[in-house]
Parts: sequence; structure tokens; C-alpha cells
Amino acid sequence: MIARLSQFRLKGLVFLAIVVFALPLFISNPFHYGLATQIALIAGAVVGLNLLVGFAGQISLGHAGFFGLGAYFSAIMTSNYGWSAIPALFVGAVGVAIIAWVVGRPILRLKGHYLSMATLAVGFIIAIILNNERELTGGPDGMPVPSFDVFGWELSVFGQYSLFGMEISGDLAWYLFAGMVLLVAVWLAQNLIDSPIGRALRSVHGSEVAASVVGVNTAKYKSLVFVISAVYASVMGALYGHFHGFITPSVASFDFSILLITMVVLGGMGSTIGVIIGAVVLELLPQLLADFQEMEMVLFGLILMLTMIFMPKGLLPTAANLLAKRRSKSAGGDA
Amino acid sequence: MSALVEVNNLSKAFGGVHAVEDVSFSVEAGQVYSVIGPNGAGKTTLFNLITGLYTPTSGEVKLNGESIAKLQPNQLAERGMCRTFQQMQICMNMTAIENVMLGRHLTLKSNLLTTLFRLPALTRDEKAAREKSAELMEFVGCGEYLDTEASAMSYGALKRLEIARALAAEPKVVLLDEPAAGLNAVETAALEELIRKIAEQGITVMLVEHDMKLVMGISDRLLVLNYGRVLAEGTPEQIRTNPDVIAAYLGG
Repeated sequence: MIARLSQFRLKGLVFLAIVVFALPLFISNPFHYGLATQIALIAGAVVGLNLLVGFAGQISLGHAGFFGLGAYFSAIMTSNYGWSAIPALFVGAVGVAIIAWVVGRPILRLKGHYLSMATLAVGFIIAIILNNERELTGGPDGMPVPSFDVFGWELSVFGQYSLFGMEISGDLAWYLFAGMVLLVAVWLAQNLIDSPIGRALRSVHGSEVAASVVGVNTAKYKSLVFVISAVYASVMGALYGHFHGFITPSVASFDFSILLITMVVLGGMGSTIGVIIGAVVLELLPQLLADFQEMEMVLFGLILMLTMIFMPKGLLPTAANLLAKRRSKSAGGDA
Repeated sequence: MSALVEVNNLSKAFGGVHAVEDVSFSVEAGQVYSVIGPNGAGKTTLFNLITGLYTPTSGEVKLNGESIAKLQPNQLAERGMCRTFQQMQICMNMTAIENVMLGRHLTLKSNLLTTLFRLPALTRDEKAAREKSAELMEFVGCGEYLDTEASAMSYGALKRLEIARALAAEPKVVLLDEPAAGLNAVETAALEELIRKIAEQGITVMLVEHDMKLVMGISDRLLVLNYGRVLAEGTPEQIRTNPDVIAAYLGG
């Protein structure tokens, strides 16, 4: 029973791993690898945001701010101070965790629209700082980011690597790396959800009163999940910067925050695999509709509205429900 | 015997409305203590004051001699006080047994590292918590719903589930706010039996209830509220024969 349950528990992760590792069999174009890498990194941030929005039922309309902070901290430390990428990534994540905790503590006392406004403001403030601190961040023009390196070994999209005796391009290497990061991100998120901490988080969403009367310190758990989701964003932001080799304050912009939340809502709040599908769809859509680029924000807004109205549970949970219904109907027909 | 719960001159005013005024009583460990009174008498407000959901305007509440009026509900749970609600508070986004396991929260060490990497200690604790929760669901009589989504359960089953959740926290005193509301006669009889079994385990039960037959049958002592004030206090026999109570409530 327990064994079956644990198999069931990581079903989504296994499925995701198959997709991640099978994808290179179907694409070979560097542009497609680049796109897939970017999707994987953004999906990682969305998985973190989903912990906050989907499971704990709190909102953040400024999450790109933490993504941007992570990206810029890594960029500045590696290019201006000669740090290695890994320590920059970790110290950046710790820094973002502290900022998120200090900010989250007071604003998570707010609910609904007020919390939306407060998190929106946090995102704006970070974006404004990144835009204005020209000396440090290069201002609106952005700044270059060195390649990602691990103990002197560099991961660059222009490199050539050998893996198990196979020659692979830098694009593919980056894609595989980003894919594995995403898998780890999902694994950690699922472990968190299926635990006493995860139950406490979901109970904050389900009934804060119920949670508090059995001893859950709801304020503490709200701050905790806010910090965790900010750390997710920070780490993914740092990797995103290294991958692109150049960042601008748009990584911390309001538009990007809205995109992240749209991915969560579209894919399915509280469904880890669902939100990844949300990320894939919303990253691919602009590629398909490249001719209507100026309409992008309108389109995202429309998607957000239509999802909320017609499938408030999001793509994956809605599809799963339909499937279950059809299955039970056909089973009923057999009987 | 010393009092487990002691309420001294407790008052709560919402603007000009005195919902609870100058209420004092004490509950001894192991008792079944009921609070009764007509609608709007302040029974639920009294419970909300005791369990930290409201801050009293004046007066104090003591649990085991410690003043608890300024503590948050989660701090009260740490001190062994749990409750259920008239308007049920169930996490509808979780399964039945997860709701009960939530009640185990305080007994489970939640370390972020063991959680993120799902170390064996966590799996072991979770398994034990699940077994204990399943036992409790059996005890309250909704054992057949283990992995049912809470949102798919009947009203009566959810009421029992809420009691199981409160018991999962291993409380010294559990406050039940109208547990029989909306239940039929058979379910109410089962509830009476359940409350008796809870009391037998040495858990003090405080009850807000409308069902006179239920209350008179199982209570050791009763408190009668009327317009936020104490009308009478005593054993079921004393209450039944108290002329004030008969006039105000029992409709004699």
C-alpha cells in the first residue's frame, strides 16, 4: 500500500524525466535547444511560485523581482568580482532568502487584493533599483554575464563537450543541465508538499483557522513558503543569466511577474507538472505568434481571464478530471 | 482538585453590544462541561474567547493556572487546547486522512532538510502519523473515508472528521462547538457515545450544544448563558430545576 503510494507520488517526476531526456531525440537545432533550456529554467521558477500560490494559496505579483535579484547578484559577483558561479548562486540565494523573509513577514499579514498590491510593489521596487543603479547593473542597457562554471570547468553554449563518449554541443549540454536542474526542483517541491510542512502549507490555503487551532503557526509557514519560492526564483534567475550571457532589468519586470503567475494559473494551481505545462505553452506561444508581438501582453491577459473563468483549476487538473469522468462513465457502461 | 480551565470575569463587547459579560466559571480535569443558552446568548463568542480567536475586552482565561487570554490559537494548541467549529473548518483541498494528520502537526518534527530530501526519519514519522490518524478516524466512526477527498464527504462524516483532527493533537481539553447541529437522531446518539468515550480517555470535554437531551445526558456540569451573562451554573439536576433557567430557556 505504502509502496504503491510512493510510486504514485513521484509518477509526475518520472514522466517529466522521460520527456526531458527524450526531447533531444526529436530536436537538434541550436535555437530549439536554447528555447527548451529557457523553458526549463523558467519552469523551475514557476514550480517554486506554485508552492506559494497553488499550495499555500498566497499570491505574489512581484516574483520576477526575486528572479532578477538572483540573476543580477550572480552576474555582478562573477563579472565584477571574479567569483565562481556556484558560490555566487548560493550566496545570492541566501541573500534573496533574507530579503524575502524581511519583506514577507509584514506583507503576508495582508490578504487578497492587498497582498497582491504589496507583492506588486516589491517587484516594482526591485526593478526600479536594477534600472537606476547604473554603475552596478548597467542600468536599462543591461550587463554581460560570464559563462557558468563548476570548479574551473565552463559550461558555455558555444563549447563542445563529451558525455559518456558522445560528442555533444554546448547547446545540448546546457539543455541537459537545465533539464536536470528542473527535475531536482520538482523533486524537492514534491518532497516538500508530501510532508508535515506541506500539509501545514496546504492547510493555510484550505482553512487558516483550522490550521491554527491544531497548532500550525500560520504566519511562520506563510513566510517560509514565500522564502522558499523566492529562493527558487533566485537560483533559476542566476542560471538564466549565465545561460543567456546577458541580462537586462526586464528579467525583474512587471510583465515577467505576470507571465510567471499566468503560467501557474494556466497550468493548474497546485499541480507541479501542470504548471510546467503552463510554462511550456506560454513560452512557445510567442514563438508561434511572433508576428503579433506587440499584442503579447493582451494575449496573456486574455489567457489569464479565460482560464480563471472556464477552467479555474487549470489545464492539467481539468484534463485529468475529464479523463477520470470519461473512464468512470465507460466503466459504468460496461457494468 | 484544581481547575484545568478557569474563566474569570470575562467580557467581550463588539461596539456597544456586550456579547459576553462578566462570565466566570471553572472546569475541572476529566469533566464534560457544557455551555447552553438561547440563540445569541454568547456561547460561541465565549468559545472563541477561550480558544484565542477573539481577544477579550476584559477578564482572563487560565489553562492549568497559566493566563492564556493573549495567546494565539496555535500557542493554545501547544498547551493542549483544541477545538471544533460550528461552521466546520475542514481543509477541502486535502483528503480526509490528511486533515487528521494535520492534527498531528505539533507531534511531528518538521525539519526543512529532512523534508526536502525526504530522509528516512521523515517517512517513518509520516507512516506512524498515518497509522495513528487512521486509528482516530476509526475511533470517531469515519474509518471508511481514509483517502477520500474531504470535499466529497457528507456533512455528518465531516463533523466526526473534525473531532478526529482535534483528538490527533492529543489535547488535554477539547472544545466542541455544536457537534450535534444538523445531525439526525441516530447520528446524535452515536455522537453522545463518542463524547463519552473521549471523556473516558481522560480528555476534558467542553461543549456548546442545543440538543438538551444530549447535554443533560452526558454533562457533569453546565453553564447557562442568557444575553451574554451567566444565568445559572451547576449539575444537570440543579439546572433542570432552576426556576430562572426554566423561565428563560427550557420554556417552562
